[in-house]
Amino acid sequence: MLAYVLRRLVLALPLLLGITFVSFLVIHLAPGDPVTALAGGDLTMNPDKLYAQLVKEYGLDKPLHVQYWNWLSRLARLDFGRSFAPHGRLVLTMIGERLPITLLLNVVEMLFIVAMAVPIGSLSATRQYSAFDKVTTVFVFIGFATPDFWLALLLMILFGVQLGWLPISGLRSMNWEYLSFWQQQGDFLSHLILPITVATFGGLAGFSRYMRQSMLEVIRQDYIQSARAKGLAERVVIGKHALRNALLPIVTILGLSLPTLIGGSVIVESIFAIPGMGQLMVQAAFERDYPVLMGNLVIVSTLTLLANLAADVAYGLVDPRIRVGRRRR
Amino acid sequence: MKTIRRLGAALALLALAAGCNSEAGPSTVERKPTGAVTPAYGDTRIEASIGNVSSLIPNITSDSASHEVGDFMYNGLVTLGKDLEITGELAKSWGFTKDCLTLDFKLHENVRWHDGQPFTADDVVFTWETTMNPRTPSPYKSDFQDVSRVEARGPYDVRVTYKRPYAKALLSWALPMLPRHLLDRWVREGKLREAPQNWTAPVGTGPYRFKEMKSGEKVVVVANPDYFRGKPRISRIVYRIIPSQATIFLELKARGVDVAGLTALQYKRQTEYPAFEKAYNKFRYPGAGYTYLGFNLKDPRFADRRVRQAFAHAINKQELLDGVVLGLGRRATGPFRPGTWADNPNVKGVPYDLARAQELLAEAGWKTRNSDGLLVKDGVPFTFELLTNQGNDERKKVAEIIQASLREIGVGVEIRILEWAALLKDHIKKRQFQAIILGWGTGADPDQYVVWHSSQMGPDELNHISYANPEVDALLEAGRSSCVQADRVRYYHRLHQVLSDDQPLVFLYWRDALPVVSSRIYGIEPGPAGIKWNFTDWFVPKALQRYTAG
Repeated sequence: MLAYVLRRLVLALPLLLGITFVSFLVIHLAPGDPVTALAGGDLTMNPDKLYAQLVKEYGLDKPLHVQYWNWLSRLARLDFGRSFAPHGRLVLTMIGERLPITLLLNVVEMLFIVAMAVPIGSLSATRQYSAFDKVTTVFVFIGFATPDFWLALLLMILFGVQLGWLPISGLRSMNWEYLSFWQQQGDFLSHLILPITVATFGGLAGFSRYMRQSMLEVIRQDYIQSARAKGLAERVVIGKHALRNALLPIVTILGLSLPTLIGGSVIVESIFAIPGMGQLMVQAAFERDYPVLMGNLVIVSTLTLLANLAADVAYGLVDPRIRVGRRRR
Repeated sequence: MKTIRRLGAALALLALAAGCNSEAGPSTVERKPTGAVTPAYGDTRIEASIGNVSSLIPNITSDSASHEVGDFMYNGLVTLGKDLEITGELAKSWGFTKDCLTLDFKLHENVRWHDGQPFTADDVVFTWETTMNPRTPSPYKSDFQDVSRVEARGPYDVRVTYKRPYAKALLSWALPMLPRHLLDRWVREGKLREAPQNWTAPVGTGPYRFKEMKSGEKVVVVANPDYFRGKPRISRIVYRIIPSQATIFLELKARGVDVAGLTALQYKRQTEYPAFEKAYNKFRYPGAGYTYLGFNLKDPRFADRRVRQAFAHAINKQELLDGVVLGLGRRATGPFRPGTWADNPNVKGVPYDLARAQELLAEAGWKTRNSDGLLVKDGVPFTFELLTNQGNDERKKVAEIIQASLREIGVGVEIRILEWAALLKDHIKKRQFQAIILGWGTGADPDQYVVWHSSQMGPDELNHISYANPEVDALLEAGRSSCVQADRVRYYHRLHQVLSDDQPLVFLYWRDALPVVSSRIYGIEPGPAGIKWNFTDWFVPKALQRYTAG
């Protein structure tokens, strides 16, 4: 097993290199450049010829392959560089201060989604075409079809403006410094309720449908019949024998969703004014802030590769038939 | 400081001075009578901004959020007062020699940096050196290109010597002053951006001190008890970054934000109910930017001024204003902010007159129409491509209205909307366009040499439309090299008339700035400069204070 993991890790390196090369190319091919983007998206009567100076400063006058090589050799020393923005901060610092909140939001969201999608999917499958199945189907499809920003605004109007129960945006109240420790935690949690609700509602549909489908397939299998035939309680048949096999495809999808955990949701973050990774990435794209964009991409693609590996390993745990070590014997 | 703000931030004028206020609505300010209230210290003011703060040293930024935050913490030698007049800030007094070549400043003597060090003439010299250092990415270098020397003639005396008279000389010293004792090393190494003062520990002389910065979330500043003009009354300002206009609006409705800008739709249709009007005072004044229809004058069709005039006659600007910004703006007659001293109130602009438009086009040789109803000359129908940038709904609507208007006089318009960077790089800089809809932001000084002068047609220069008019060139040169206001007024009033007659571009409209401020905040005196010019005097009466703040 260890050898397998190691081999996969070694193979991932050239893949990562390829990803960075293609990303670098695509990002630099997009029209515009950081220097024009610094002008702010509107023309002002600014006669300064900062351009030539900045282009030199950022090394943008060099050929693309030289720029890529320079970037790569810095990356090898784990130097992600500095942002092109006037604050010129370290890319790693920028990502580091935004990653925790995005991770927190998305992990909690993912837990909620799985915790709700698995029972909903299983129950709809075992009670196919029942009232429960129909109601949940309609419900999750409404969730699937509702735009995030619209739902967010409706909830903000209801709970924030009309009822005044929850804060509308941001992460902390304005009087945060003057609260006691536990009040601060409560305040922080109350700011997370709406964003997590919106994100969960949107993601629930996909997962619960996959779960339902996968469960439907499993309960038609012969071994489920045998389990029933040997007199096991239905609870055990479904809960133990069927569920474990039905979870297999879900693990794949979960594995593939891991990168989105750190990618962040632009819409949710923007509308709730949460300074997370999604906002950072979009702003960097608008400003053509190459070091921030590339830094983000490296981290996201590394995690994607690791997540794929983790999913493969997890298969083995869920399904003994795919255990690597045994196949060799 | 406020003077070098480039975008968004609106410096403007009251309706009574503008001369064309039939369209401007009842008044520029909707404010309830306040009565007598006693000023008090305390409370927090929460401001919302869509844009992110890009640095805490405003000298190297050009975005409005960074400058708004910079205004809290830094001072210039001079600033702009209520009527956009130049007043002293760190400078107690100043004087030009007769030839306009030497400018002497006397500084206030009791000013200290936020870390307690005294502010002296040497810091002024340092700020100038920093700006001119080739490795400082400052967008304000050109303001100082004619300066030959800046010297400290005593701890509180500064002398600036100019190579030639420069009209903007005094105003350029609204530049925020930077501390030598903290930044010298960073500037000399060419690493000003990496100095801690640029993000985690800014130090200025201004009314508020830096407290906290949460990247992408908020900047918090607190009143500076040692401010040389006295401690500001509001104890704390939280500058929140909220990237969605809809969210800002909901925060306003829930009274979570005290100061924010509204869209025309929100101003006109969504805030006209008693609870909102009780909680907020709404303000309105013309902003600092105008929208225009620009032509590539290298195109022989547009080089003919009759064609440009015809277009100006064919576009109903009032309809445009009503349709695009719900009437919350004013018609543009030229490039000078309405009501400022450079604006010539006698220029009435080009009236909406379809008959006259057709007459002018006929004179220019566009007489016959083809089966599509388009004007034809030498067998070629009159159609052109109109470019504008993506993400600006207002400009898209302007383009559509112009398309419909020009269709009526037999001109076909094809609209193309491009991403900003692509538009700028592939079309505007390469002069690969026929017509554009864009905007110009104007500064506090009326000098617009870089936009209209025929020497400014290079690829990175701003005369995109390739306009060359000897009279305009002469007026621009005269206007920028005089330090006598009365002479400059003459030059710019004439320039306004010439541009209006010539229509090198069709001046469309100035859009109004529409801020709201919580009604518990008193002391706001709206003027031509907007509302922010006296923000240190704003206060909340004791009984109305909402937040506990140190």
